[in-house]
Amino acid sequence: MSIQVSAAPTDTASLTTAEGRAAYLARLLELAQSAGNPTGWLSALRQQAAAHVQEQTFPTTRDEEWRFTDLSELLKIELVQPEATPLSLDIAGFCLPEAAGSRLVFVDGVYAPELSAVDDGPAHLVVGNLVNLLKTHPDQIDQIQPYLGQQMGSEEVFTALNTSGLTDAAVVLVPKNSAIETPIHLLFVATGQTPALLQPRCLLVAAPNSQLTVVEDYVTLGKGTYFTNSVTEIAVQENAQVTHIRLQRESLAAVHIGKTAVSQARTARYISTAISLGAKLSRHNLEIYQTGEQTETTLNGLTVLRDEQLGDTHSTLALSKPYGTSRQVHKCIVDDRAHAVFNGKVFVPKAAQLTDAGQLSRTLLLSPKARVDTKPQLEIVADNVKCTHGATVGQLETDEIFYLQSRGIDATTARRLLVYAFAYEIISQVPIASLRPILANQVLPAQA
Amino acid sequence: MIIENSPVILSVKNLTATVDETLILKGMNLEIRAGEIHAIMGPNGSGKSTFSKVLAGHPDYKVTGGEVMYLGQNLLDLEPEDRARSGIFLAFQYPLEIPGVSNLDFLRVAYNSKRKHEGLEELDAFDFDELIQQKLDVVKMDTSFLNRSVNEGFSGGEKKRNEILQMALLDPKLAILDETDSGLDIDALKIVANGVNQLSRADNAMLVITHYQRLLEYIVPDYVHVMANGRIIRTGSKDLALELEERGYDWVLDEEAVAS
Repeated sequence: MSIQVSAAPTDTASLTTAEGRAAYLARLLELAQSAGNPTGWLSALRQQAAAHVQEQTFPTTRDEEWRFTDLSELLKIELVQPEATPLSLDIAGFCLPEAAGSRLVFVDGVYAPELSAVDDGPAHLVVGNLVNLLKTHPDQIDQIQPYLGQQMGSEEVFTALNTSGLTDAAVVLVPKNSAIETPIHLLFVATGQTPALLQPRCLLVAAPNSQLTVVEDYVTLGKGTYFTNSVTEIAVQENAQVTHIRLQRESLAAVHIGKTAVSQARTARYISTAISLGAKLSRHNLEIYQTGEQTETTLNGLTVLRDEQLGDTHSTLALSKPYGTSRQVHKCIVDDRAHAVFNGKVFVPKAAQLTDAGQLSRTLLLSPKARVDTKPQLEIVADNVKCTHGATVGQLETDEIFYLQSRGIDATTARRLLVYAFAYEIISQVPIASLRPILANQVLPAQA
Repeated sequence: MIIENSPVILSVKNLTATVDETLILKGMNLEIRAGEIHAIMGPNGSGKSTFSKVLAGHPDYKVTGGEVMYLGQNLLDLEPEDRARSGIFLAFQYPLEIPGVSNLDFLRVAYNSKRKHEGLEELDAFDFDELIQQKLDVVKMDTSFLNRSVNEGFSGGEKKRNEILQMALLDPKLAILDETDSGLDIDALKIVANGVNQLSRADNAMLVITHYQRLLEYIVPDYVHVMANGRIIRTGSKDLALELEERGYDWVLDEEAVAS
């Protein structure tokens, strides 16, 4: 008698061990560092970040921050450097008429001037890619260098990984005392032609008393597997206002890990609407750091998941001064066997008296196998504050569907209408009219 | 109005139904002919609302026996949306709020699904707008209602008026009003009742379910039925409603107990 034992491929087996994960992280770092050939301060910044990566381990579900989000899906991808991209790509479907002359396009991480369109805007508004700006606007270096890679939390492993390969970035510098009417569209296109490591980077500095709307948009042209690891840093200076729309519409085979780190100076307003629709596995780390008093923060979130998607949002609101106000609403629509994760931290230390912080997490489960893990995490030391939080998890009610049926609307259409109604609270916050119907369509479950 | 030998719109025979396996309807019998207005009154828990939900086809209510014929066809075979398209309308006691869906879009979708069912062409936004403007008059509603989300932020009275607006638009053969009067002040009640009266014709019928005689001063029924314990125990003219208002339900229930 002979017993045959079939060994699992060593590659896969090794991924479940600490050594396997360490090797994967080393490979990621190696890939990141081989991108571009920077010199000077940028090179120093990258090396410093690489050192941060080397000090850390690849996250697993044993880490509290990654408890519900298993990155095995990422470990399965044998990543490569992105290839040179074809010259002509059809991205018309992603262009916004509202931002026809204020669009920066990056294809597989590389700036695509032929697809971008930057008209002469108001004087001193700077919109461009880092590599060119350092040549054309050398005087702006003091608006860039002090902010790039300098936000709190930048040593976190994936953020540091991005910085360790920082070659180019979308840069928006809003001049003092100017309200920019035209929204800026930062479009990151993944071709999905190879399992590439893509590391988009954005920097937005809104000078005192300025006002701007920016759309940060991750899209794909294919159905390919790849890994986007993005970092966006936003500095909202004194009494400035930034309206930030973040759309994650990656390929359903992709992995997306994105960081948004925002600092808000005195009386600054930051309004975010983050919508996650794509990727097999996605994680959005949204971090707000208050550096002055009387700030206003609005965070709208919507995650729509189906099949076996996993979508995770971890938000952190770190207050440190008095009179801060925040309103956060995070909604998830989860179908099939998908899994949503929401973790909302709010820190209110002793110094942040008279803070008024509200957080609401609402989930709609459309299938019995759909799952959500939602957790508010409030750490309040100050004693004169108003902090509320709430979480609801529900399904479409029979009564709601019946009401529509009793008006002659069939059950499938009724369900779609009700899902749309649930998502509308967030979609309606997107101030770009042409985007709202597109998003509404992507949110709706397929016609039966 | 009672019209001799007018066609039968609804015929209910020995209907029994359960909710969560509890028997609620225990042998309902009712015949409604074209032109007639019927009122069903009765104490709480008598099965009035259950009866309306069963007729409209709510999936939580299971029919366990008897038959319901509507315009000559077996109503119980039809999905709720097909009942609606065939002319059954239920005005809800608690109308649902649908944020993000404008009242105008909702009404147009509902109206067009009925048109489609009747083999008619769907109305475009322009033609529909013209139609709905006429219907707004029925319930004295302002055009601004159309642009608001369905029932969202509506007062109780506005929600009920919106139900009657939908009814005016869908032009049902059989309208069932489930406690449409509850929670209305007298002005709103008059508007709602006046709307219903405008829609009452010789070729359709109304079934008005109510706790209170008050509504029946404005919508005058041809028949008043008293429902108790899952069936109709007494039927009379509109005077029965007045008697119930004066004497309560106990005497009807007692007489019924003696009779059986």
